[in-house]
Amino acid sequence: MNSLTEKGCTAYTTDKVTIKVLEEWCKGCEICVEVCKKHCLAMDVHGKVKVVNIEACNKCLLCDLLCPDFAIAVE
Amino acid sequence: MQGSVRLMQGNEACARGAIVAGCRFFAGYPITPSSEIAEELARLLPRVGGKFIQMEDEIGAMAACIGASLGGLKVMTATSGPGFSLKQENLGFAVYTEIPCVIANVMRGGPSTGLPTSPAQSDVMQARWGTHGDHPMIVLAPASVREVHDLTIRAFNLAERLRTPVILLYDEVIGHMREKVELPEPSQYALVERKKPACPPEDYHPYKAEEDDVPSFIRFGEGYRYHVTGLAHDERGFPTQNPRVVEAKQRRLHSKVERHREEIAACETFLLDDAEVAVFAYGITARSARAAVRAARAEGLRAGLFRPISLWPFLDLEVGKLADQVKAVVVAEMNLGQMVYEVERAAHGKTRVVAYQKASGEPIHPEEILAVLREVR
Amino acid sequence: MFDYDQYFRREMMPHIWCKGCGNGIILKALLRAIHRLGLSKDRIAMVSGIGCSSRLTGYVDCNTLHTTHGRPLAFATGLKLARPELTVIVITGDGDGLAIGGNHLIHAARRNIDLTCLLFNNQIYGMTGGQLAPTTPEGLFSTTTPYGNIEPNFDASRLVQAAGGTFVARGTAFRAIPLEKLIAEGIQHKGFSFIEILTTCPEIHGRRNKLGTPAEMIQALAKTTLPTGVLHNAAGPEYTEAYEGIIAKAQGRT
Repeated sequence: MNSLTEKGCTAYTTDKVTIKVLEEWCKGCEICVEVCKKHCLAMDVHGKVKVVNIEACNKCLLCDLLCPDFAIAVE
Repeated sequence: MQGSVRLMQGNEACARGAIVAGCRFFAGYPITPSSEIAEELARLLPRVGGKFIQMEDEIGAMAACIGASLGGLKVMTATSGPGFSLKQENLGFAVYTEIPCVIANVMRGGPSTGLPTSPAQSDVMQARWGTHGDHPMIVLAPASVREVHDLTIRAFNLAERLRTPVILLYDEVIGHMREKVELPEPSQYALVERKKPACPPEDYHPYKAEEDDVPSFIRFGEGYRYHVTGLAHDERGFPTQNPRVVEAKQRRLHSKVERHREEIAACETFLLDDAEVAVFAYGITARSARAAVRAARAEGLRAGLFRPISLWPFLDLEVGKLADQVKAVVVAEMNLGQMVYEVERAAHGKTRVVAYQKASGEPIHPEEILAVLREVR
Repeated sequence: MFDYDQYFRREMMPHIWCKGCGNGIILKALLRAIHRLGLSKDRIAMVSGIGCSSRLTGYVDCNTLHTTHGRPLAFATGLKLARPELTVIVITGDGDGLAIGGNHLIHAARRNIDLTCLLFNNQIYGMTGGQLAPTTPEGLFSTTTPYGNIEPNFDASRLVQAAGGTFVARGTAFRAIPLEKLIAEGIQHKGFSFIEILTTCPEIHGRRNKLGTPAEMIQALAKTTLPTGVLHNAAGPEYTEAYEGIIAKAQGRT
């Protein structure tokens, strides 16, 4: 997320897509994990989301749109 | 019409005073004996480009006033007992969020539906403490049609000056009576406008006070984007539970009014200079008291009248001095004892305080007060 | 990638809504709608009542007013009448807007005053711990219906339409893009716009009634049997404009 990057978000990047996760704001609700039809996302040991399969991402934007906490964005 | 002699009703004078004061928004709800204020402003406001709305209830009316005040207008609402009770929550909101507004309460017999068309003075304590929580309140009490007009203007000036609601409190007799008035030209009245911020938007804190404890105030939509909430808040207007911040706001809210006592305090005395006994009375009761004092003097009694014009903050200093001077103060009220306790408190035992109380829906007659004065001599 | 940050009050974020609460999704849709319309932050006023959804106003960098329970529409009526040129958006919940605030909803709709009212319907009083709301389905449990709710509930959109609202729509927090469009349409509509937004309270309501995970609850919104989309869209005299006519009349200009 634009200026929220200064808080240290994690960017997962390929030449097709970048998925940014702002761990500090992730509450671990798992909405993004469960709505992702391509199983790109999973929870890490700290209860935060991580991108586990970025190649499968088809940029449907559901995780981005449905994250209530501004914690994940798809570019 | 202004500047000429006219027969005018008290409530009409309130409406006209509001217009002179710069009021350009009224939201209200019909309730006897205050409806004439709304009706008159429904006619007068649009003529001067102002807005009038009869809301669906009293609570909504108080809310709409606060919204319009944030929109930059000088605002007023008017009601009586039952409606005054309904308005209390939003009234407290306006006190806490420091939004100027004027509330006229034309007192009628209570409690509950009571006596819609008869006078009482039994909302005095409610005007001070009706809304929950610690809060200051400014309350003015006119006793004549001319005074209703002038105190309405004063109420607006104090509200704008101190960023706080001001209550205009008078009884049904004052509201419905008609008296000859000769009103000055509107331009004769000095008006107060709210103090705008001197800083740019990025530095603006809506609840950061200047040295006089009053924060500057800019209406919505001027580039100063800020938050107003009824939750306990900090200087930026954001919710907080920080004990230090919460208490600081509370204390400033109180000192904001307290330290401006001199600007707020008003009273009138009649034949008091050499009096041995004083009558403490306000509103229509003061009119009777005046006659009673005159009659007492004719009987050789050294009686005098002390009439508070500002009821809250209470005139501690003035009543303290009164207690030094006279051997008794007769507190005459159309209620079962409200101001009398404040008089006792402020008198600090230095004088005898005698209560005369009536709660029948009828005004107190001069003869009644005279009888007490005779007894007290 | 949408820059939400431009609309935040940085010092107030992150928001206080629970894990999995749908409110944040709606906030994002609202910010995208505002952006899509190119509205200036200075000309937007957001007015909210009391409840989880009503906390929204603290987070957005515009002119914001967080009022008393049930009353945002009345405050907003005064503000809009004083300043018709402002875009006034009202944020309320199913308790705030339909129980204690029901009367103001009816009359704001009746007047057809140009406000956009977003009613976040999570079917419960979340902020105060999960008490019954006028929208809580029959049979469900809440802290004040420990034996199950016996009260029928409201169809808020039908209520507003009956009261005279000229733009009535229902969206969900799941269908975020259509929601964004409904909100934009509502804001643009001249007159009283009402958008009921079905959302979720997984932490309190969901847990008590075993409604599933936050993801399951949010996806379940898509299965609502209530009609969604624009339900009513009519033209009618807008209140503040009509009042300008009163001013003209009073001033002898008509």
